Amino acid sequence: MPAALSARRVLASGLLALTVTLLPPAFAPPAQAAEKGVFFPESFTLANGMQVVVIPNRRVPVVTHMVWYKVGAADEDRGVSGIAHFLEHLMFKGTDEVPAGAFSRIVAKNGGRDNAFTSYDYTAYHQNVARDRLELVMRMEADRMSNLKLTDAVVYPERDVIIEERRQRVENEPADRIGEQINATLFVHHPYGTPVIGWPQEMANLTREEAERFYKTWYAPNNAILVVSGDVSAEELKPLAEKYYGAIPARPVPERHRVTEPPISAERRVTLRDAEVRQPSVRRIWIAPSYRLDPEQQAYPLQVLSEIMSGGPTSRLYRSLVVEQKIATSAWLGYNPDAWDMGTLSAGATPAAGVEMDKLEAALWAELRKAAEGGVTEEEVATARKRMLAEAAYARDSLTGPAQTLGAALATGQSLDDVESWPVRIDAVTAAQVNAAAKAVLGKTNHVTGLLLPLQGKDS
Amino acid sequence: MNALYRTSLVAATALVLTVLSAAPSAWAIDIKRVVSPGGIEAWLVEDHKVPVIALEWAFEGAGGTDPQGKEGLANLASHTLDEGAGPYDSQAFQTRLQDSAVSLGYSAGRDAFSGSLRTLSDRRDEAFDLARLSLAEPRFDAEAIERMRAAVLSSLKRDLADPNYVGRRLFYSTAFPDHPYGGEIRGTLDSLPRITADDLRGFVKSQFGRDRLVVAAAGDIAPDDLAKALDRIFGGLPAKTSVATIPDVAPKGLGETILAPRPTAQTVMLMGQPGVKRDDPDWYAASVMNYVLGGGGFGSRLMEEVREKRGLSYGVYSYLIPMDHTALVMAGGSTVNAKAGQALDIIRQEWARMAKDGLTDEELADAKTYLTGSFPLQLGSTQSIARILLQVQRDRLGIEYLDQRDRYINAVTQDDIRRVAKRLLDPATLLTVLVGRPEGVTPTKTLEGGS
Repeated sequence: MPAALSARRVLASGLLALTVTLLPPAFAPPAQAAEKGVFFPESFTLANGMQVVVIPNRRVPVVTHMVWYKVGAADEDRGVSGIAHFLEHLMFKGTDEVPAGAFSRIVAKNGGRDNAFTSYDYTAYHQNVARDRLELVMRMEADRMSNLKLTDAVVYPERDVIIEERRQRVENEPADRIGEQINATLFVHHPYGTPVIGWPQEMANLTREEAERFYKTWYAPNNAILVVSGDVSAEELKPLAEKYYGAIPARPVPERHRVTEPPISAERRVTLRDAEVRQPSVRRIWIAPSYRLDPEQQAYPLQVLSEIMSGGPTSRLYRSLVVEQKIATSAWLGYNPDAWDMGTLSAGATPAAGVEMDKLEAALWAELRKAAEGGVTEEEVATARKRMLAEAAYARDSLTGPAQTLGAALATGQSLDDVESWPVRIDAVTAAQVNAAAKAVLGKTNHVTGLLLPLQGKDS
Repeated sequence: MNALYRTSLVAATALVLTVLSAAPSAWAIDIKRVVSPGGIEAWLVEDHKVPVIALEWAFEGAGGTDPQGKEGLANLASHTLDEGAGPYDSQAFQTRLQDSAVSLGYSAGRDAFSGSLRTLSDRRDEAFDLARLSLAEPRFDAEAIERMRAAVLSSLKRDLADPNYVGRRLFYSTAFPDHPYGGEIRGTLDSLPRITADDLRGFVKSQFGRDRLVVAAAGDIAPDDLAKALDRIFGGLPAKTSVATIPDVAPKGLGETILAPRPTAQTVMLMGQPGVKRDDPDWYAASVMNYVLGGGGFGSRLMEEVREKRGLSYGVYSYLIPMDHTALVMAGGSTVNAKAGQALDIIRQEWARMAKDGLTDEELADAKTYLTGSFPLQLGSTQSIARILLQVQRDRLGIEYLDQRDRYINAVTQDDIRRVAKRLLDPATLLTVLVGRPEGVTPTKTLEGGS
C-alpha cells in the first residue's frame, strides 16, 4: 500500500550537517564539553597517492566499499554539460576483464548490491557485499579505474537512458523544473548553476570521445579515495588495497579550476506557473560559505542557526508560521556547507489553504529578518547544540552512512580530523557567532526567490 | 549538493518489498523471545555495540476500514498521536522528544497501524514514557488536529502534480473499487474536514488492543529491561478490541488499459494482476521468478530489454505486493511519450516469455545466490533489524525463520518456477494504467478532464 506521508517536518542539520568540516577549531571547547570523535576512522595513503579510509563496524559480516573520485559536474568544460554523470553510467560498460553489463550482475550473483552517483564535486561508485566478497569488488573497481573500454554500441543507447533520466527527474514534475531554474539563476557564472545531469541540448550531443577524455583526465588513483566501512580493519584492508589499487600508477591530474561568481547585487525572482500545480510554494536561496571557503568561520554557526529556525516542530519557523499564525502548512530553512566552492542557505514555505502567497512571503521574510536583525538567544543556541550533539550519536548506527559522510567530506576538501571534530566545534558555537553569521548571509540582497504557482486564475 | 544516482530509489524500494520477506542468510542471528510479567511478547536482537534502542510495533488490522464519510481517520490519527499527550501539549511533547533526540512516529496502513521508537540508551526512560503517553493519553487538542489536517490536505494537493502518484491512485482505485485497498488512506478533500476529535478518540479506544499487538526490539537493551518496558508502554491498553476485518478481494479491471492524459514529458506506466500472498506455498518460487523478471535491477530481463538494449527508460521494475487480503504482481516504469507503445509491448512480451519458458538454469542459480546472500545487507542499523523482526512476526513465519530462509529459497525448482509463472503472468489480463501523452497505445478507456 502507498506509504503514509510525513507532511510536516523538514529535518535539516543533524546528520546532514555532519557531512563536512574544514577549519581548525576557532574556539577552545569548555572542559566538560563534547568530545572529539564521530566515526573513529582509520586511514592510510598508498604509494601512488590514493587515500584509504576504514570505518570498522563489526555488527554484521558485511562491508560497504566505495571509491570516490574528486571530480564532478562542476569540473566539466562548457558545452558538454552532463559528461561527468554520463561517464558514471558508462563506467558499467565494460573492460577486457568485465564486459559491458557484467559488473552489476557479478556483484548481484555474489549477494551484493552496487550503484554509483555523481554530484557537482565528486563521483562515487559503491558496493555492499559480504566481507568475504570484498576482494572481488576491489579487483573489479580497480580494473575499471584504468581499463575502461567503450564502444559506440554500448555508449549511445546509454545516452538515451540519461535523457530519459532527465525527463523522469526534472521534466515530469513542475517542482523539479523550478528547482533547476532557481539554481541556474542564483549562480550566474559558476558551474553550480548548470544541472549535474546536464542541459538537454548538450546531453543529446555528448559523445564517446568526450566521455573518454573526461575519464583519462580525471580518473586516477591519486585523484581517488577508497572508503570501506563494516566488518574489516585497516590492517586487514591494507594488503588488498595495495594489491589492487596500489598497482595502478599515478598520473598528473589537473587542479580543480573553476570560475568564480561576479559581484551580483540584484535580487531575482523566478516564477513557474503550471496547470499541474495544485499546491503552490515559495522558497529563497542565498549563496553562503562552505566548509572549505569560510573566511569568517560561519559554517558551524549556520548549522546551529538552521537547527534553531528549522529543527523540527518546536523550531522558530514552524512554531511561528504553522502553529501560531496558521498561514503555512510547512516552513523550513536549510544550510548546505558541503561543497568545494560556495555553499547555499535556503528557506521556504507552503501556504495553508486560502492564504495568499504575498501574505505567506511577508510572514516568512519577517521571521528571517527577525533572526538576522534581532538575533537568537544564548538559551536557543544551548538547546540547539544539545539536540544536535545527541542526534549525532546515531550517526554510527549505520553501515553506509559513515562511508557516505566521510567520502563526501574528503572529496570536498575536508580532513578526517575536521569530521571527527564536528561535535567539539558545534559545542563551541556561541549566540554572537550565530547572529553574526545570520546577519551576514540573510542580510545579503542578491538572493533568488522561486515561486511555484498554479495557472493564473486557478484555485490556490 | 544534489547527487544523481545510476538507478532510481524506486528500484531500491521495489527490491526491498520482495527481498525483505524472501531472502535468507548464511549466518545466524540470535533472536530472543521476551515475555513481560503482564504477558506482552516481543522479539529482541540484543546488541550493545551502539548505544541505541529501536522498538517497532503494530496493531494488526487496526485502521483497515475508515468509517464511511470519514476516510483518512486512521492516517490523521497517526499524525496526531505524537502531537500532545498526558500533561504535555503539542509543543511541550515535541520539545521533550527533541531534547532527548527521541524519534517517535506512527503510520497507518490497511493491514496494520504501526509505531516506531528510536532512542539513545541513556534516554530510554523518557522515550518509553513518551511512547506510553502517546498511546494511552493522546490529547487530540483542536489546534493540533487542525494543523495536521491542513498538512495532510496540502500533501494530497501536492501529490496531484506527481504523475507517479496519479498512476498509483488510478491503479488501486480501478483494481479495488468499493474496498479499503482502493481508497486513498489519507482520505479526500471532502472527508478530511469531517473528522472530529471524538472520532480520533474513538479510533484509539477501539483499535489499539493488546490482542492485536506485535512488538520487535533491537539494540542496547537486556531482555529483563525490555520486559519491564513492554508493560510500561503497552500494559495499560485494553486486552481485547474488536476491529472489523476487511474482506478478501481480487483485483478488478484486468485486461484494461486506462489512460489519464497529462502534459508530462514521459508516460508513467503501471500494471499488475493477481500475485501471491506471503503464506502462499509458491511465495518463494514467485520471489525468485520476480527477481529475474524485473526485481533485480540491473541484469533483470525488463531492465536489460527496455533500458540496456534500447535506452527507452531510466528504469523498469517488477515487484510482488503481498497484502493480508489480496496480492499483486506489478511492473512499472516511465518512458518518453513517443516510445510508450514500444516500451509497453516489450514489457508484455517479457511477461509472456516468462510465462511460457520460465528461467534458464543459470538465471535460477544466480537468483538464489543473490536472494540468499544479500540478506545481511539489510541489517546495517538498529532500526532496520527491529523492522525485519516485526515483519517476520507479522507474517507469522516463526522465530526460526531467519535460519531457514536459505533452505526455502534453495529448494525452489524449475518446476516450481514454471508453475508459478504460468499461474501468475498473463499479459492479456494485466490492468495497465498510463499517465502522460503516450503514442502507439490504444487505451480501452481514457479519463476525462485530464489537463
